[in-house]
Amino acid sequence: MMLRAASKTGLVFFPAFDWAISPTHPEREERLLYTQDQIFEEGLLDIDGIVEFKPDLATVDDVRRVHFCAPDERSVLTESHLISAGGAMTIAKAVMEGQVERGFALVRPPGHHAMRVVHGARGFCNINIEAIMIERLRAVYGVDRIAIVDTDCHHGDGTQDIYWHDPDTLFISIHQDGRTLYPGSGFHHELGGPTAMGATINIPLPPRTSEEGFLRAMEKIVLPILEEFRPELIVNSAGQDNHYTDPITNMNFSAQGYATLTSMLRPHIAVLEGGYSIEGALPYVNVGIILALAGVDYSKVKEPDYDPERIRQSSDTNAYIDRMAEEILGYFRRCPEFIAKNRATKEFAQRERTIYYDTDNILENQKERLRVCPVCSGVLAIDSLTDRGYHIYAVHIPRKACPDCVALGYDWFDSVNVRSYDRVFLQDRTTDRYQVKKA
Amino acid sequence: MIIGLDVGGTHTDVVLLGEHGIECRAKVPTTHDDLLLCVWKGLEAVTLGVRPHDVERIVLSTTLTTNAIAEEKLPPVGMIVSSGPGLDPEFFRTNEHYYTVSGSIDHRGREIQPLEPMEIEAVAAKLRKEGVRHVGVVGKFSVRNPKHETQIQEILGDHFEYVVLGHRLSGNLNFPRRIATAYLNAAVYPLHKKFFDAVRRSLKKNGLPIPIHILKADGGTMSFDASLDLPGQTILSGPAASVMGSLPFASEGVDTIVLDIGGTTTDMAVLVGTAPLLAEQGAELGSFRTLIRALKTTSLALGGDSVVRVQNGRIHLGPDRLGPAMAFGGSSPTPTDAIVVLGGDLKGDRDAAARGMAHVAQALGVSVQDAARQVFDAACRRILDAAEDMVQAINAKPVYTVHELLEGYQVQPKELLVLGGPAPYFAKRLQEISSYSARVVPQWEVANAVGAALARTTCELTLFVDTERGIATAPEEAFHQPVKRDFTLDKAVSLALELLSHKAVREGATPDDLETEVLEKLQFNMVRGFYTTGKYYRVKVQVKPGLIGHYRSVMQRMQNAYTAVPCFSAGSP
Repeated sequence: MMLRAASKTGLVFFPAFDWAISPTHPEREERLLYTQDQIFEEGLLDIDGIVEFKPDLATVDDVRRVHFCAPDERSVLTESHLISAGGAMTIAKAVMEGQVERGFALVRPPGHHAMRVVHGARGFCNINIEAIMIERLRAVYGVDRIAIVDTDCHHGDGTQDIYWHDPDTLFISIHQDGRTLYPGSGFHHELGGPTAMGATINIPLPPRTSEEGFLRAMEKIVLPILEEFRPELIVNSAGQDNHYTDPITNMNFSAQGYATLTSMLRPHIAVLEGGYSIEGALPYVNVGIILALAGVDYSKVKEPDYDPERIRQSSDTNAYIDRMAEEILGYFRRCPEFIAKNRATKEFAQRERTIYYDTDNILENQKERLRVCPVCSGVLAIDSLTDRGYHIYAVHIPRKACPDCVALGYDWFDSVNVRSYDRVFLQDRTTDRYQVKKA
Repeated sequence: MIIGLDVGGTHTDVVLLGEHGIECRAKVPTTHDDLLLCVWKGLEAVTLGVRPHDVERIVLSTTLTTNAIAEEKLPPVGMIVSSGPGLDPEFFRTNEHYYTVSGSIDHRGREIQPLEPMEIEAVAAKLRKEGVRHVGVVGKFSVRNPKHETQIQEILGDHFEYVVLGHRLSGNLNFPRRIATAYLNAAVYPLHKKFFDAVRRSLKKNGLPIPIHILKADGGTMSFDASLDLPGQTILSGPAASVMGSLPFASEGVDTIVLDIGGTTTDMAVLVGTAPLLAEQGAELGSFRTLIRALKTTSLALGGDSVVRVQNGRIHLGPDRLGPAMAFGGSSPTPTDAIVVLGGDLKGDRDAAARGMAHVAQALGVSVQDAARQVFDAACRRILDAAEDMVQAINAKPVYTVHELLEGYQVQPKELLVLGGPAPYFAKRLQEISSYSARVVPQWEVANAVGAALARTTCELTLFVDTERGIATAPEEAFHQPVKRDFTLDKAVSLALELLSHKAVREGATPDDLETEVLEKLQFNMVRGFYTTGKYYRVKVQVKPGLIGHYRSVMQRMQNAYTAVPCFSAGSP
């Protein structure tokens, strides 16, 4: 019996065995050691149709399609982050160029808590590796509609922030309820900005949700919305901390569950995010995900202590998910109507937020101003001040901005009083121009 | 003096090497049905008049095991496989008598599920009843903890002639390859033993009680006694022999591509300085992917006898061979005919070669000379492209640290070493149309036998130290030792090197000629609940494939004496 992948699957495996946030930090050298052992020992790289690639390095230009790094890119990231983002890009390239049907970037450090403005690290993330990959795909291959399904236990607030105003990027996050876990956001009424409502979907699940609940949320919420959105590409932010052995979360998901979820979702590209049960979960979950992507039988992949009875969810979880599914789908279907109303009633929309960088202990205050454009998703300006006194002003002109929004963006950038800020940035995605000014 | 003997597909080459280089050489036809015959004839030819005690050893490289595997002429083997959760072990079934049993070990080497002795006893009884004499025992993660494999061995007792345990094969993690490797070792054992016993008896009977060493796929040797532990290491020694025979002529500090241009194929290997590159995981033979250490070789389906066809005005070479070149009585034009037409002194029938090239010339609408030139250049370019692809693939090999990704060694060959009948002509042209400098391996006809004779004993060893569990293990050596919390990486490296030297000497190496190398040393802090609970060290060391110290200088003298310059006698391409 010859083992062959039903779908040709690419793998970038980059465990960064010489990089850590600090020696005892969960994001340390040891994190993917046992995963490597399991993948090697199972002989996954010998399966016909599973191909391993060496990661490319992302460049500063790749980062500048997504982020405003303050004061600059080199101050907030290391080579390791560029390899991690580069690894995701390598897989994306292999998929786009038809070398493989789907692929998995098993890389660290992760990225889904990194927002558009980066003053430092939050939730172990400095730059958003999925967003950097996606924007490169758009720049190089002209891909338009993309869905990101974030199955990390923590709300993917960074990815949500980057795509909050983008109607062409559907961001769905399934996570442990924000009232019980970092970063404390991702409630089901968070649906996206005034011109992009419905392109952000949050599915907060109660603690101890198990396979049954996750797969139910997939079936009742994720798959129907994907069906309606019709993305050209599906990206999975494949965090693995919903596992019942994870030390910093409270969910009851399993390797079998992750593998089944992967075969339901059928993502083109999966990118590793969090997951810190490095011995009990990651080796098995990753093997399960790789086999599911490749279409190879994973029914015997199990954790040594797997016992579905012991990790069964509370009896009311299914009913809770059903209720939420109804509400979310209700909102989702009404979003076009909400957007029309926003456009009819507002010229500009503002929001003000406080963002905490837990890893680097920075507090940021953000004021965001969006033109609620009747034609495009609207030009965006961000005024950001940290508790360390660093102050920036950043203008983001979206990829499909209309001429009025482009003109307004340049006007904002040109007329701002440079002396009030440490740095002033312009990110013009219509031409991929990035400019920085300082007094 | 040393005798090197390489049994090839058509010929068996033998050399007797002494202080002055090749003292004597012989070529006899390979007798596939009775390899002992050609081996003996070859040995006889070079030992005539030689005093037995002047010969230190005989090194043999044969196709015995490789052919038996390729032709599926293998005796029944019992496989006992303990997998635990993961991929279904049925996927890795090697043969009929393949039994999966309970028991499970995890990635750290902890026992998850014990063995069931009754189950093993039942399998053993069945194997005995079926007349199976050779058994492979393999557990998942057995290199982390061989307990289950050794338990099974104890239960099997002495009812079987040969029992091979998976953890002794290699320190590498790869359960499916461990299964295939154990199977092949068990399957070739009786054949290997019978053959070399016969060689030894013949030598003794003829008053030549010379120690026998055997060439391995990694270009190293082992003593006959050591080969009985893992006879599977002898597969694919043929390609390794030629590469090792080219080694004396490689330049220090420069990367080189070795090209062995045969009739049907061109075999390629890479030398980094004077060390051949090894395959990452192990040898691949037919459908078997193994953990057997092997040189990294790539075979291109293009040789001197490849058929030349013209389709839509373009030249196509091979991949098939329909017989010899027309210059040597064949019926289809070949690159060899092109060389003959271009004036190459290959002793063939010039008119026949020209007739062949005339067909090509007609199809292309050019002169016969031009056709020959185009065919020859097409062959050269194909070889260069394939060499380029091989180098690119080597450099694209994934690495797992930031340091290696940014600073890792990139192979950049500058020289070509060419072997094979038309080698002089190829070397000249390859150099003209590329940036490589190309040379012919002196006396390339016997480079394989020279390579076998001069190869040093090699081996590899992997050491894991887990200070949280308090153990150091070197699975290949069945070494286990408790360690204290304060065990360091430096201690781990010296322990690994010490175990390696013991192993190498036991397998036939000279203690003062061990060129060892640390292939990998990694250390990890093991942190549980925000406290460091231990260290994990992983060390891999090897005795590098290379030439035995003393004879290196002998071969260098041989190179200096070699002055023949290849040239086409007329109208060079």
